Amino acid sequence: MSKTASITGGSAFRFGLLLLAMPLLLWLFLLVILPHMDLFLVSMRERISYGKYEFSLINYIEFFAEPLYWNTYVRTAVMSIFATILTLVIGFPVSYYIAKVMRGKGKNALFLMCLIPFWVSELVRTFGWMILLRESGVISNFLQWAGIADGPVEMLYNDAAIMVGLVYTSMLFMVVPLVSVLDSLDDSLIEAGYDLGGNAFTVTRDIVIPHAMPGIASGCIVVFMLTLGNYLTPNLLGGKDSLWFTEQIYTQFITRFNWESGSAFGFLLLILSSAIVWIGLKLSKQTLSETVG
Amino acid sequence: MSKKHGALRGSLLGLTAIAGMVAFTSAAQSEELRLLTWGGYAPDEVVELFEKETGIDVEVTLSNNEDMISKLRATGGGGFDLAQPSQDRIAGAQLEYGIYKPIDLSKVDAAKFIPSMLDATKTNTTVEGDVYGVPHVWGTSGLIVDKSKAANVADYTDLCAPEVAGKVSYRLKRPTLIGFAYAMGLDPFAAYGDEAKYQEILDAVEAKLIDCKSNVKTYWEGGDALLNLVRSGEVVAAMAWDTGGWKLNNDNADITFVAPKSGALGWIDTFALPRKTKNEDAAYKWINFVMQPEIAAKITASAGNFTASKGADEFADAKLKAQFQGSFPPADLDNIKWYPTVPAGLEVLEGKTLDRVKAAQSN
Amino acid sequence: MADQFDLECRNVVKTFDDFTAVNDISLAIPKGSFFSILGPSGCGKTTLLRMLAGFQAPTSGDILIKGASVLGVPPNRRPVNMVFQHLALFPMMNVAENVAYGLKRRGVDKATITQKVNETLARVGLPDAGPKQISQLSGGQKQRIAIARCLVLDPAVLLLDEPLGALDLKLREHMKVELKQLQHEIGTTFVYITHDQSEALVMSDQVAVMNAGRFEQVGAPQDLYYNPKTAFVAGFVGESNRWHGTVEGGDDHKIEINLASGGKVIAKRDGQTNLVTGQGVDVFVRPEAIAIDGTEGADNSLSAKVDNVLFNGAASSLQVRELVTGHEMTVALPQTGAFASVKAGDEIRLSWSVEQTRCFASTEGGAGA
Ligand SMILES: Nc1ncnc2c1ncn2[C@@H]1O[C@H](COP(=O)(O)OP(=O)(O)OP(=O)(O)O)[C@@H](O)[C@H]1O
Ligand SMILES: [Mg+2]
Repeated sequence: MSKTASITGGSAFRFGLLLLAMPLLLWLFLLVILPHMDLFLVSMRERISYGKYEFSLINYIEFFAEPLYWNTYVRTAVMSIFATILTLVIGFPVSYYIAKVMRGKGKNALFLMCLIPFWVSELVRTFGWMILLRESGVISNFLQWAGIADGPVEMLYNDAAIMVGLVYTSMLFMVVPLVSVLDSLDDSLIEAGYDLGGNAFTVTRDIVIPHAMPGIASGCIVVFMLTLGNYLTPNLLGGKDSLWFTEQIYTQFITRFNWESGSAFGFLLLILSSAIVWIGLKLSKQTLSETVG
Repeated sequence: MSKKHGALRGSLLGLTAIAGMVAFTSAAQSEELRLLTWGGYAPDEVVELFEKETGIDVEVTLSNNEDMISKLRATGGGGFDLAQPSQDRIAGAQLEYGIYKPIDLSKVDAAKFIPSMLDATKTNTTVEGDVYGVPHVWGTSGLIVDKSKAANVADYTDLCAPEVAGKVSYRLKRPTLIGFAYAMGLDPFAAYGDEAKYQEILDAVEAKLIDCKSNVKTYWEGGDALLNLVRSGEVVAAMAWDTGGWKLNNDNADITFVAPKSGALGWIDTFALPRKTKNEDAAYKWINFVMQPEIAAKITASAGNFTASKGADEFADAKLKAQFQGSFPPADLDNIKWYPTVPAGLEVLEGKTLDRVKAAQSN
Repeated sequence: MADQFDLECRNVVKTFDDFTAVNDISLAIPKGSFFSILGPSGCGKTTLLRMLAGFQAPTSGDILIKGASVLGVPPNRRPVNMVFQHLALFPMMNVAENVAYGLKRRGVDKATITQKVNETLARVGLPDAGPKQISQLSGGQKQRIAIARCLVLDPAVLLLDEPLGALDLKLREHMKVELKQLQHEIGTTFVYITHDQSEALVMSDQVAVMNAGRFEQVGAPQDLYYNPKTAFVAGFVGESNRWHGTVEGGDDHKIEINLASGGKVIAKRDGQTNLVTGQGVDVFVRPEAIAIDGTEGADNSLSAKVDNVLFNGAASSLQVRELVTGHEMTVALPQTGAFASVKAGDEIRLSWSVEQTRCFASTEGGAGA
């Protein structure tokens, strides 16, 4: 992100550079580092009585002692990973189709179609799904009309509905990097793969995927982070069993006024996402700079 | 509720601080009253009348109890000139965060208030000898029932009956805990001062709610979302506010608000001054203005709930009055359980209970 | 009969919408030969080759490999392999993995793969390149690896699409010879595409000259050079001096032509009975066929003034301008070193024989008055 400092040169040049980087540094400091430091400090204190606080690790201890928080934490991580994989599995063929099969106008149109859901806010998108999936909703009515179901079918308020919403919301962030990385794959490499005796599966495995790996990694990182930090979709589509970790944080901050444990949870979420991204990069043998740059 | 969703994480602290700064700098230009209130409590009509009479602009921000406290806490009681938290949520928040400022009762026209309500609110919102709230709108929460489909739902615990399985909804919030406790024959308000006893009650309620979870379609959050669920027939009985039931009753005579056998829960939303209020005079003007009977009746028409304004009944809509009387025969009216002030530690206990209910596996 | 050809095309046509890229091409390539397709950019060479490899299906016609039709057979099951215009080596694999790729797809066991890969790398002169990354190779080395990657599979036919196009001149000259030698050693049938006539002439047993989707002429390089059958071939293969003119008369062996620029030449009829008096023709004479200060009584002769001396060792030539008409011509200097003293501004006498003069019906109709 900010490797600017490594450039050597005259001091005037360096000063100019520093000046140029100022907005970025300010932004980093004010909006990224400062709030996180504050978050960290708040998470390390305990409320003793009205307006009195002391240093303590109680918020973290509580997190580990209470199975509910743990379960939600792990569940959120697992579901996010699953949603990321699902997005990749659906997004990859779509991206391949856009980048390699479609030509000209159709290509742009298809790409645009992936964008359309993002012209409305996430709230509206989620309500759209609710209208489709609810018991008195479009799909339920259609199934009854078609005679497939004999009563109303409730498709909302379960993990599958959460998954659908998360994947839908994340699709664009997977498709964009994948399309751009697949666009850069020379068609003749694919043809050479076939020419040498490969089939669709082996060519995809040996040539397309290794080439697309940086795009896959960056798409997955973005989707994973977005999913992990999503609040609306799991909450609205998941209903009574949604159990998303951001909900816990929201509850701690807003309903319980417990900023201390909310901050601790926020910090733990940050650690979780960093750890999983790190593991993911290690497993896929990618480096962060390669993926981001 | 729905306005406050979003990515929380680290940015929350920083952002609220900045929001506070922005509010700070933009304040105090022309005379302005920044009102932090509930939907329906400051209808356009009333705002216009007030502006015409006093020349003060009113900037309305819609909110709810938790959100109000969070907002004021983040700014140390700044950003707004007048807030309208429920009477039971003032003392604790004041003790903890010091976000309010005492009401100067000499500036409030006591004659405009129903005396019993004013006295009760004053008592409940007194902290260290100072009064922090005067009453405005009151109402109850109880049950919204579709009589044609769930005739036998008469109390909170009936929501767990097998006949209505999968077709009920309630919030996962403290009123639900209290309501269920009463329906189960317990007395949570009496245990407010005794944490251990209160915890026992919570444990009993927790078991009941977990048991009942499979009956629930979804835990509702926004009032409109619940009304939709009931209107579409997906939900036939729910724990909710009285106004929602009456609203639905206008469209469908089968649906109405029912005061539960164990008693509806009564709440009073108040006027309270944020500690850093910039325009205290305007705040008092607003209080005295909206407590006039004709104006109060307009607020009743828009919010659906009655006010603490003396004599406003006369101006209220006949249909609403009829609905009120239908839901509250005199015995039920007496049976309303008014929320006492919430002692500080209780919300933590309640929070954990709610968390466990949410986390429990239904079925 | 059929199976002595490794590759055969019968009336192959390929159209894109209403554009015909390959127009009614038939060819038969005998086993073990080096067959080139030579033509200008955009004439349909790649399209033809891609049909042979199986990446595109002909609109009509048939393609046979070793006597069997391969229409409908996907590229991965055709016994041909292709060296791509930009080589298409897999950057995600090292050299050995690239070469081993096809064998792996065939399910050959590991030991055999290693052995064959080493053999093939040795054959292309890069025995130690196995563990290198593709990006560590030079242009010529990449070239060889691309070929090795195909050769290791023992294809019936190896298709090469301008594989030397990306190399610099010196390397191209070198690779030309090397490729020819390699083909000679292994005896695989090569189908080689190029727009560079020198590549085609040097390496091939047979060359097909292609223009606008059609074969103009198929033959041995000498044949094409000395006996072009169309104006296009005469102009495209090797250097030529070219005139426009109209047929004035002649007999069974010769044609007299009035040049548009003035003057008259006599060309060989070469069996072209369709040329009649008054018809527009193109006349071609190779620079090396023209004698300087030639003997009197030659069939064709004219005087010219030297514009430039282009010294290039054995391939030196003169740029001259005809005295009467101002027509520009190129004349090769004899390799003996005679006329080394000729310099710009000199006037010289040029002459050449009927045998060396060819004419073809002009493609642009009349001779342009
Ligand atoms: N997929 C296609 N759709 C439409 N037209 C095409 C397609 N492929 C090739 N063409 C056209 O067919 C003609 C022949 O193309 P081809 O690639 O075979 O040329 P080439 O002889 O290989 O040229 P070069 O020497 O420049 O590679 C060109 O005019 C090209 O525009
Ligand atoms: Mg080509």
